[in-house]
Amino acid sequence: MLAHLPILQVIVPLMAAPLCLFLNRSKLVWLFALLVSAFTCANSIFLLQQVMSSGTITYQLGGWDAPWGIEYRIDELNALLLLIISTIGTVVLFAAHTSIQKELAEDRHTLFYSLYLLSITGMFGIVSTGDLFNVFVFLEISSLSAYALIGLGKDRRALWAAYQYLIMGTIGATFILIGIGLLYQMTGTLNMADIASRLAEVNQTRTVFAAFVFLIVGVCLKLALFPLHLWLPNAYAYAPSIVTAFLAATATKVAVYLLIRLSFTIFGIEFSFSSLPLQNLFLVLGLVGIFAASTAAIYKTNVKHIFAYSSIAQVGYMIVGYAIQTPTGLMATLLHLFNHALMKSALFLALGAVVYRIGSAQLSQFQGLGRQMPLTMAAIVVAGLSLIGVPLTVGFVSKWYLLVAAVEVGMWPVAVLVLLGSLLAVIYIWRIVEIAYFKPPLPGREPVQEAPWTFLAPIWALVLANIYFGIDTRLSVQVAQAASQSLFGINP
Amino acid sequence: MLTGIYGLLSASFFVVLDAVDVAFTEAAVGAGISGLLMLAAITMTGRSEAPKRHKPLLALLVVFITGGMLIYGTLDMPYFGSFDAPVHQHVAPRYINDSMQEVGVPNIVTSVLGSYRAFDTLGEVAVIFTAGIGVLSLLSLPLRRRSSKLDESSSENSSNSSQKDQMHEQHMVLRIVSKVLIPFILLFALYVQFHGDFGPGGGFQAGVIFAAAIILYAMLFGLDTARRVFNQSIIQLIAAIGLLLYASVGVVSLFNGGNFLDYNVLAADPIAGQHIGILLIELGVGFTVTAVMIIIFFNFAGRREAQQQATERNSPELNVTQANSTEQKGGE
Repeated sequence: MLAHLPILQVIVPLMAAPLCLFLNRSKLVWLFALLVSAFTCANSIFLLQQVMSSGTITYQLGGWDAPWGIEYRIDELNALLLLIISTIGTVVLFAAHTSIQKELAEDRHTLFYSLYLLSITGMFGIVSTGDLFNVFVFLEISSLSAYALIGLGKDRRALWAAYQYLIMGTIGATFILIGIGLLYQMTGTLNMADIASRLAEVNQTRTVFAAFVFLIVGVCLKLALFPLHLWLPNAYAYAPSIVTAFLAATATKVAVYLLIRLSFTIFGIEFSFSSLPLQNLFLVLGLVGIFAASTAAIYKTNVKHIFAYSSIAQVGYMIVGYAIQTPTGLMATLLHLFNHALMKSALFLALGAVVYRIGSAQLSQFQGLGRQMPLTMAAIVVAGLSLIGVPLTVGFVSKWYLLVAAVEVGMWPVAVLVLLGSLLAVIYIWRIVEIAYFKPPLPGREPVQEAPWTFLAPIWALVLANIYFGIDTRLSVQVAQAASQSLFGINP
Repeated sequence: MLTGIYGLLSASFFVVLDAVDVAFTEAAVGAGISGLLMLAAITMTGRSEAPKRHKPLLALLVVFITGGMLIYGTLDMPYFGSFDAPVHQHVAPRYINDSMQEVGVPNIVTSVLGSYRAFDTLGEVAVIFTAGIGVLSLLSLPLRRRSSKLDESSSENSSNSSQKDQMHEQHMVLRIVSKVLIPFILLFALYVQFHGDFGPGGGFQAGVIFAAAIILYAMLFGLDTARRVFNQSIIQLIAAIGLLLYASVGVVSLFNGGNFLDYNVLAADPIAGQHIGILLIELGVGFTVTAVMIIIFFNFAGRREAQQQATERNSPELNVTQANSTEQKGGE
């Protein structure tokens, strides 16, 4: 059975999703979904271990060899992403039962879990496959379920946000499909490794160039890279809290993965960075994104909006690391993928707990919560410090490597700008802290209770992980380093 | 209307390109169901667009750049139908030359979709399932309202009956013709389902045609009558069963010692195994597609009924049936 680990990662949640409909009792379905995602989590740990010890794993679906059939291909990068998605998926799901009780009608619960599992399936599928068309198919699964999950939000604006996301996401997916089609036309194959080896002959043609442009633009739409980010804030703000916590931690990460996979594995570093001025383009867009989004976050009054904009800024950091184009830069990006998932899921889950108690995420409603929900607010503070990049938290680790990478290649201005960007994060985190801790509780409101333990347990698990991986960086750094070195073709 | 024409045109386009299976799907989905769903959506939202406040210059620019890029991309493409195009040189020859020995199905498209790249097809079925669940979760009426509405409608039946009779009389010709047609449509769907190994067809097309017959019935005889046969929770389960059936074929091959979806291990003889595998997964596809199409239509129409404007419903329904009949022509 050990040989089948890569496929089990995907088909177990895939089959669990329709099974949810048979159970049809909210609590039962929750337990079932939790069990399934815990299984995928364990599975991804095994996979990571196997990859780290014995190298890339391949798996031929249907027993057909690679370019004819579909192949799963798990290397360090894939295994890292699988671990992130499955862990966050499980931890967030733990709080789901409590959270959706207040945010969703009773008869939607089963459908909610089914969609949640489908969304996880889609992301696993994108991340594990070695076949380009297969990526598109699973991209559709994950995006369709994400649209529906976002549309489930209690606020009616959720539907509008989901619709916006649907339009932008569909354009992105179509662009990706066009790119895949053009590549198939020029190489006659859909397998990633095979495309990469056959692309060398034809990579001077205009068709391949057009394919590259379509793929990159499509992925950047999904990524919410700065000028293409407009769908993200509302989608995150009006979705059910659980959905926000899950998607914020995973969805954009998958897009970053695709960007890395496309440019490094398929097109190759030389082609990717020489055919378009990608380095300068991404550096500028990343930095502008950091500043524009952080500034926007400072002026927002809905805390979910604040963190949604901060997500866009964090994507900016990842893109900067990617654009530096050195193994250290890419490693910073990968570390930030891992670390940002930890911070944002903790933050949005804590917000979910607040919404559970006071029914709103407006900043003005936070008055006095510092005393009334001490544990939840403390979690927001610690995760917020991590977001800023204070030492002893994970945020510091990835920013440190990003600075090192920038300085290594002499990009001093970039390093300074990254630091200044972090200062902006101080401002928006401080606004929340100020209102929660230094203002008296709202008059006329009944004292708010601390969040239930089903919330606190996952939140604090994530917060402690924030601190743990901030101090003991062996696991995350080792995996990220191995992944970035293998992408650059350096043998460790 | 235009979407229907567009669907039919692109279907014919695919026929010219010798992609009959795709053309078939396009005819059933693009020319039939999607136009119908579009109409259903229009009846819910209204016909005319809200007046715009801004000039769509930016959008125009983006469209121009995209279009320009697409044309630019075609410049270095291999010529249409040229023998030495990479598409014809690398992967495809094995499908064409060896699929008969390896899979044993005369329709190469089916053997690629059903066996070589069966996992993609599983993904597609999951996409359709997701769409169905998504529509259910966003559009289905909350249980309380639905049941109270049913009570209401049954109590109102007597008062409404005169109006209903009038509507039914107007559609007399349609109702009788469709009564005759529906069994044939169903039969044709089954033929498409099981003949997919030999000619163009398969689960996707069959599912859509099957669903079309039921939707036609629902449109002419009322949603409640159709719901009595296919109630919401049962269709939901059928959609789930379809996906499960497909995936469990893969799991069985896991247990028989092969890789996921390796049909060779399903029976002693690999070719027989391939046949069993493809038959079962196509059946799964058919189940899910039929059920999801019906779910989508019922929920669109159910919401429309909840809005309760029985008098206005007559004219859009006429259009819908026309669109539906074009689809049947396209399908056959």
